[in-house]
Amino acid sequence: MLKTIARNLLRGPVTMKGPAPAEDGIEELASRLDRAARTRLGRSLSIREVDAGSCNGCELEIHALNNVIYDLERFGMRFVASPRHADVLMVTGPVTANMRDALFRTWDATPDPKWVVAVGGCALDGGLFKGSYGIVGGVGAVVPVDLHIPGCPPRPIDLLAGLVALVEAAK
Amino acid sequence: MLDHLASIGTRAEAHRPFPRFDLDREAWAALVATLAEKPDWSLVGLWADTGIVHMALREEASDAVAVVSLTCPEGRFPSVGGARPAAIRLERAAQDLFGITAESLVDPRPWLDHDSWPIRLPLSADPPDPLGHPQPYPFLPVEGPGLHQIPVGPVHAGIIEPGHFRFTCNGETVVRLEQRLGYVHKGTEWLMAGRSVAEVAKLSARVSGDSTVAHSLAFARAVESATGAAVPARAVWLRALMAELERLANHLGDIGAICNDAAFAYMLAECGQLREKVLRAADACFGHRLMMDRVIPGGVAVDLAEDGRQVLAGLVADLQAAFPPLIHTYDEKASLQDRTVSTGRVAAELVRRFGAGGHVGRASGRGQDARRNPGYAPYDELEFEVPVFVDGDVNARVWIRIREVKASLGLVRQILGRLPEGPVHAPVPAAAGQGMALVESFRGEIMTWVAVREDGIVTRCHPRDPSWFQWPLLEAAIEGNIVADFPLCNKSFNCSYSGHDL
Ligand code: SF4
Repeated sequence: MLKTIARNLLRGPVTMKGPAPAEDGIEELASRLDRAARTRLGRSLSIREVDAGSCNGCELEIHALNNVIYDLERFGMRFVASPRHADVLMVTGPVTANMRDALFRTWDATPDPKWVVAVGGCALDGGLFKGSYGIVGGVGAVVPVDLHIPGCPPRPIDLLAGLVALVEAAK
Repeated sequence: MLDHLASIGTRAEAHRPFPRFDLDREAWAALVATLAEKPDWSLVGLWADTGIVHMALREEASDAVAVVSLTCPEGRFPSVGGARPAAIRLERAAQDLFGITAESLVDPRPWLDHDSWPIRLPLSADPPDPLGHPQPYPFLPVEGPGLHQIPVGPVHAGIIEPGHFRFTCNGETVVRLEQRLGYVHKGTEWLMAGRSVAEVAKLSARVSGDSTVAHSLAFARAVESATGAAVPARAVWLRALMAELERLANHLGDIGAICNDAAFAYMLAECGQLREKVLRAADACFGHRLMMDRVIPGGVAVDLAEDGRQVLAGLVADLQAAFPPLIHTYDEKASLQDRTVSTGRVAAELVRRFGAGGHVGRASGRGQDARRNPGYAPYDELEFEVPVFVDGDVNARVWIRIREVKASLGLVRQILGRLPEGPVHAPVPAAAGQGMALVESFRGEIMTWVAVREDGIVTRCHPRDPSWFQWPLLEAAIEGNIVADFPLCNKSFNCSYSGHDL
């Protein structure tokens, strides 16, 4: 383990960096987001993730935001455990009938000002599950949505871009 | 087993590749009684169709697999749950969706139906009007001095799927855990009925996002069996390539996440990086990080990208260099071992009774792997290890993953070396039939059953995720452990919610 740590120290961070926008633009996003987030929200943006019926594909990519490549925390954004600590609710999935109350109550428990980001094709309008008795529709059918990030599932880089857009719009 | 079933029922036609037998009520009841004396016949699935109930069984010794069916016009059938407890939740689900009642079901409470749908019995021939008054869900009673309950969920504290857990504790020790699932029920099976094969393939890819390749493959192979479709050789090999990439990504993610739940974040950081490498390679090779919608009936939707071989050879080399030191770290950290060794034990007997597979089964001595038994191409031509441990604890489940990562790396290398040329897709013939497939996902064995009409419409599709037989064992695993070890136990199982709730 020590050897790996030493090697990692010598190799430097694996997080994408470089003066020109890196291969997939993470670094460029990083600087934009940093500025915008600080202006609007002071120090940080707290995100509470809610799965309202997803297939779990969207969650996997949201998870990736926490890995050392995307490293969401360096943008001052982090996932929190309680809606009471959150500025943003990030919601995935078509909202199932069985999750409708839970989603609404989570939203209700989030203090103002708050934003809702709907993630993935399902969260827009139910996606492939549209028309089923088991769902009530997209996230917007239950709580007001500020931003929708498309994709099935969206790539982590799209999720980052979406969060930047949100922070900039909130200014 | 096959002889016995043939002697009590009539063999149905056009059911492939495993035989199906129609039983009458007496024969079904007799079979349930026989099950009690045949611990070797494990349950593979139990599902309903309009006015009919099916059950799939496997004889462990001979690896024979068969389906039995009972037409029940009055909507009642003798319950299997008493003889095979793994059937209980499946029977509760059949009851909620089809209104087909398992008589003398030990636990008749609704399972998927939380009384929030606009209709009742959505898949029955004619669904009745809504009954409309919410009924409280009675949790199992617990009594005794000094007990308290901790309700958790459906919204959890982490980025995970929703479900409800009711812990009953004595101090820190968990005396009982009761799960309530069904929160992500999307009516998937209802949506699948009456749609084209292509549409159902898309839904299959979204049964459980982490096993999208495996579920797509199970559906594709079931349809191909039903219609007698021939799949080009290159597609068969590409499917296995994708399936192994999916296994790698998930196992790497899980190993990191389990260690993180033992407060050892270093492994999460390192494994997360390796997982990302796999996903990027998958993206570069097949155009989607999770490879969703890439496996379709008749073959695969995209060929390997031009530089795919180099990308994957590079990936294998990278992982083969980076993975062993991490395993060494896992193995040598006493603080980590302290949390994983002997935590969340599942007895071998329980795993056998529930027919649980994947890392849950293999960590407790049950070496069932659908790639071997019944086996499917191209795995019959490949060499790989199916690791089996006997401790049944969190540590054993981590080790199964570790060894499977190594096995998958070997498989990717072999597949790359032998990938045949040629087309990657062939049209599915217009033929009617019933088909079934057993496919090994990273989590365990998926069973998918499908009935297709000649015009290419799926009349019924039932995907059975491995989680159905693993969730109940988590309740047993946590007993006697402390509350703080629940995340660790839960993560070491990593059961699917979406794949189970459908
Ligand atoms: S958008 Fe796609 S990945 Fe996300 S929950 Fe829906 S089906 Fe799954």
